[in-house]
Amino acid sequence: MARTSKAAQTTIPVTLTVNGVDKKLDLAPWTTLLDALRDHLDLTGTKKGCDHGQCGACTVLLDGRRVVSCLTLAVTKDGAKVTTVEGLASNGTLHPVQQAFIDHDAFQCGYCTPGQICSAAGLIAEGKAKTADDIRELMSGNLCRCGAYPNIVAAIQQAMRQS
Amino acid sequence: MIDFGYARASDVADALRRIAADPQAKFIAGGTNLVDLMKVDVEQPSQLIDISRLPLKTVEATADGGLRIGALMPNSDLAYHPLVEQRYPLLASAILAGASQQLRNMASTGGNLLQRTRCAYFYDTATPCNKRQPGSGCSAIDGLNRGHAILGTSDACIAVHPSDMCVVMAALDAKVRVLGAAGEREIAFADFHRLPGDTPNIDTNLKRDEIISAVELPAKGFASNYSYLKIRDRLSYAFALVSIAAALELDGGAIKDVRLALGGVAHKPWRNAEAEAALRGRPADQQAFAQIADAYLADAKGYAHNKFKIELARHGIVRTLTQAARGTPQSQSNKKIL
Repeated sequence: MARTSKAAQTTIPVTLTVNGVDKKLDLAPWTTLLDALRDHLDLTGTKKGCDHGQCGACTVLLDGRRVVSCLTLAVTKDGAKVTTVEGLASNGTLHPVQQAFIDHDAFQCGYCTPGQICSAAGLIAEGKAKTADDIRELMSGNLCRCGAYPNIVAAIQQAMRQS
Repeated sequence: MIDFGYARASDVADALRRIAADPQAKFIAGGTNLVDLMKVDVEQPSQLIDISRLPLKTVEATADGGLRIGALMPNSDLAYHPLVEQRYPLLASAILAGASQQLRNMASTGGNLLQRTRCAYFYDTATPCNKRQPGSGCSAIDGLNRGHAILGTSDACIAVHPSDMCVVMAALDAKVRVLGAAGEREIAFADFHRLPGDTPNIDTNLKRDEIISAVELPAKGFASNYSYLKIRDRLSYAFALVSIAAALELDGGAIKDVRLALGGVAHKPWRNAEAEAALRGRPADQQAFAQIADAYLADAKGYAHNKFKIELARHGIVRTLTQAARGTPQSQSNKKIL
């Protein structure tokens, strides 16, 4: 396809605070936040599932809100705070959602789990879920092909009681 | 998705200057639809002009009792905004019926209006599609068209507009505020999206060098008698096969005003003002609801795989109007249809 203007620059400086640490990166505009985390910062806890915003495996917290990092261009988030699954625990203690996933055996293969956990942390911070139905609805952006949904809901209910 | 430039607009005037200077540039806000389409090469902009930091993330009451929603207001924040929850619960309900919370956190109000069809052929660059490549043909008309339109179609395109939010904005008679080089103009919501006709490649009447600044809702929010019913292949996080936004203003048992808009059935949110007018003054009963359902679907045309939508819409309209009349709106959490 003919272009009237081409990318003038190859990379753009981007600063992200990832799990509390400032990271300076030079990124091409097409680098997604997901690829920046995995390929540029070696934070491979965040998973690439569908890469089209349909599965939720890449969910991270961006300025405290859950988003899909696969549809987020990193250059658009210069200056943002990013929390990945690697950044949820504090001082060696698991985040209540992480502990609850263990307590309730809320995963099987584990591939969707980092996204489920970040999404659940975001859900609890939003404070809109009151019932199991609410949890199911507000977690519907996170697919689990193993079908661990009942235990995921139970884990989130436990974490909600603790927060 | 490679080889495009990136610029951050410093203000609205800067954004307009940049889009006018590069005919193949596109604005990016939430990016949930655009980035996806770029990954499959359906959208190939020369550069992205980032408008996400412009000061349009606002919701404010207007002097005439309505609501002005800034174009960059995220879908989730809009659904949970106190003024929307209290005065426009139908809008809140529809927004929460769409996408996932992650996507609603990202997606902007203006971007929701501008999202493109999820027709699988539009996404598949190996197949003909008049919307993606004008003149190449429509693969859906004789293809897998289960999710496609039954109203307002043309021989060129039978795609549907995928939004839930827009269905309610159409029902509420919203207005779209637009800024361009020539200043500001207003587009009635009914005139914002287009039917496919011979130019299905043009989704809306927004010009490419214009920017949506806000969506304005009139004062009337139908907060007492409303319902949004979305019927889809799974309980959540799927596009509508048919969705129905119903709002009633009742005077005793009589219909003083009615709004009915359908999603998932046409290239734009579907309303029929004549059929709505015919119900005013009538008792809010099953007979009236069946009549308006028949009127809305009188010209419906099914294709090989989506004829079921006609009956689904007919029953859905009656059900949703019944929910609205009873004051028992459809829950978007507990999915039981009562």
